[in-house]
Amino acid sequence: MNSLKSNAATIDLCERTLREANFALQASNGSGESGYFKVTNPGGAHAIACGLDAPVDVEIRGHAGYFCAGMNKLARVRVVGNAGQGVAENMMSGLVWVEGDVSQCAGATAHGGLLVVDGNAAARCGISLKGGDIVVKGNVGHMSMFMAQAGRLVVLGDAGDSLGDSIYEARIYVRGQVGTLGSDCLEKPMGAEHLAELGELLDRSGCEKVDAGEFRRFGSARNLYNFKVENLDDY
Amino acid sequence: MTGDNWSLRESKTFDRNSIDYIRSAAATGLYRIRGFGAKRRVPSFDDLLMKGASMSRYPLEGYRERCGTDVALGTRHASKPIELKIPVTISGMSFGSLSANAKEALGRGASEAGTSTTTGDGGMTLEEREHSEKLVYQYLPSRYGMNPDDLRKADAIEVVVGQGAKPGGGGMLLGQKITRRVAEMRCLPEGIDQRSACRHPDWTGPDDLAIKILELREITGWEKPIYVKCGAARPYYDTALSIKAGADVVVIDGMQGGTAATQEVFIEHVGQPTLVAVKEAVQALCDFDMHRKVQLVVGGGIRSGADVAKALAMGADAVSIGTAALIAIGDQDPSLDEEYKKIGSAPGFWEDYQAGNDPAGITTQDPELTARLDPVLAGRRLANYLRVLAMESQTLARACGKSHVHNLEPDDMVALTVEAAAMAGVPLAGTNWIPGKETG
Repeated sequence: MNSLKSNAATIDLCERTLREANFALQASNGSGESGYFKVTNPGGAHAIACGLDAPVDVEIRGHAGYFCAGMNKLARVRVVGNAGQGVAENMMSGLVWVEGDVSQCAGATAHGGLLVVDGNAAARCGISLKGGDIVVKGNVGHMSMFMAQAGRLVVLGDAGDSLGDSIYEARIYVRGQVGTLGSDCLEKPMGAEHLAELGELLDRSGCEKVDAGEFRRFGSARNLYNFKVENLDDY
Repeated sequence: MTGDNWSLRESKTFDRNSIDYIRSAAATGLYRIRGFGAKRRVPSFDDLLMKGASMSRYPLEGYRERCGTDVALGTRHASKPIELKIPVTISGMSFGSLSANAKEALGRGASEAGTSTTTGDGGMTLEEREHSEKLVYQYLPSRYGMNPDDLRKADAIEVVVGQGAKPGGGGMLLGQKITRRVAEMRCLPEGIDQRSACRHPDWTGPDDLAIKILELREITGWEKPIYVKCGAARPYYDTALSIKAGADVVVIDGMQGGTAATQEVFIEHVGQPTLVAVKEAVQALCDFDMHRKVQLVVGGGIRSGADVAKALAMGADAVSIGTAALIAIGDQDPSLDEEYKKIGSAPGFWEDYQAGNDPAGITTQDPELTARLDPVLAGRRLANYLRVLAMESQTLARACGKSHVHNLEPDDMVALTVEAAAMAGVPLAGTNWIPGKETG
């Protein structure tokens, strides 16, 4: 994701309300010169750039609060700072890139699109993921990918305890250490298909020089898909 | 069964249902999962009576003097509140638990009667949007099928924290009902049990909820009413915290509320009766000066216009129905007696909504069974039933001298039992005693 054009429209959250800011962002169809925005002085405000539905480019210059770029479709949102809870939650498509760290539940329930975190992600990263992709260049906290259904999480650092608890068909790639695995999550062999998709995700996240062969893959053992009394101790 | 042998005496403690439960648990090692709702007796609207009018109150003329039934939901913050002709809404029931034809019938019936219907745990289907003039979109912990396009297509958004049949429990849709279409909408493989989350994935508690509501409003331009729905766990505090979080409408669901499937122990033993839910929710609204500003919708065991009138008299703005709506469109139909027998049940007793073999074609995804339900005819039946509920509530309101059903008040009622008096906060008949209320 390249830096914004110098003639991007500036929305200063010290001077305009959140509603005014989001209205302006949501009103743009992303065509021509009108599709570039710089949001300044975010001050940790919540719900910045949520509900975008067009291929606009937005750069948030500072820290964002909860649900930044929530339910994003098509837009490319860059946070030059940290982001709070639920960044890019339920994203459908597009790209959200956070240069700093993110709080818990990053990318929760995302159906599509790509979330890139240059720093670390707190607990429950990718919770209930439904098809989106997440690349975290640092570490992820405990219970990441809890009940994740589809999509992929790539962690270049370490993963906390209970990784992939109750995971369905989503895939997890970790380069560093894994604390513990959650219920019904297990390590799986890396095949050519997995190396290829991981390499593609790394390329799109600016990690072209990272070797996909250094990662391990985790996914569902599929033992808890239907209730069986003999699995009682796993619940 | 016991014939004329008067020496046989059935235990009240170990009755036949209890014995069957123990035998079944011993044989299978499994707890019982079923649908429908609580079957135990709890104090209810049947334990309240309307006083009517006499010397001190003047009744209105039936069919001549107007008695309004309209209600606007979402007047606190939403720029486009929902305007309903009648104070009875259809509660959230998912496509997946119900057939597409059943969802269409609910939409048709609600629209014809001038009220709203609600999606469920599984997203919005094209059929229900097309046939529902006013559609409330549920925002659930599972987020199955959740997407911003449908959010914008909705007329209101209901953040579901819980439901009456299982406050504290998540959704459940067993593998036999997970067809390809249902699975695709939920981003899961076909045929697996779907145990939806019981907590939202990206927020916890009222402070977070306030921010979540802000996000939903920002995504939808502050147009749509935001409801918060809770099961009747701690109705006073749930209502107060929903108000604090910014809800336009609070929906409280008593323990008599139905479900598509959950553990029987949950259905029968968790939550509080609807009477308690209404009283405590109204108390919270009044304490925060939000009564009639934040609207209250109450569900859980609503069957008749009398139930509607009594809930409104206690202070609700509207009620919601689920089980009753399914019965109106054909659930428990006596004409299906032979069909129910084949699957070990009977009309009036059918509760295995989770099994996917509903002979009425309502709680199933089986193509042959779903084809039995004509959505046009079923929708008409629902509209008829909704009109009866409205007319009955008008009848009782006129009898109490009220020109609008919302003018009914607790003073229009008495309780038949001490328990109902305490739970509903209306005096025991023949006294001015409300147990639990300080006097003097």
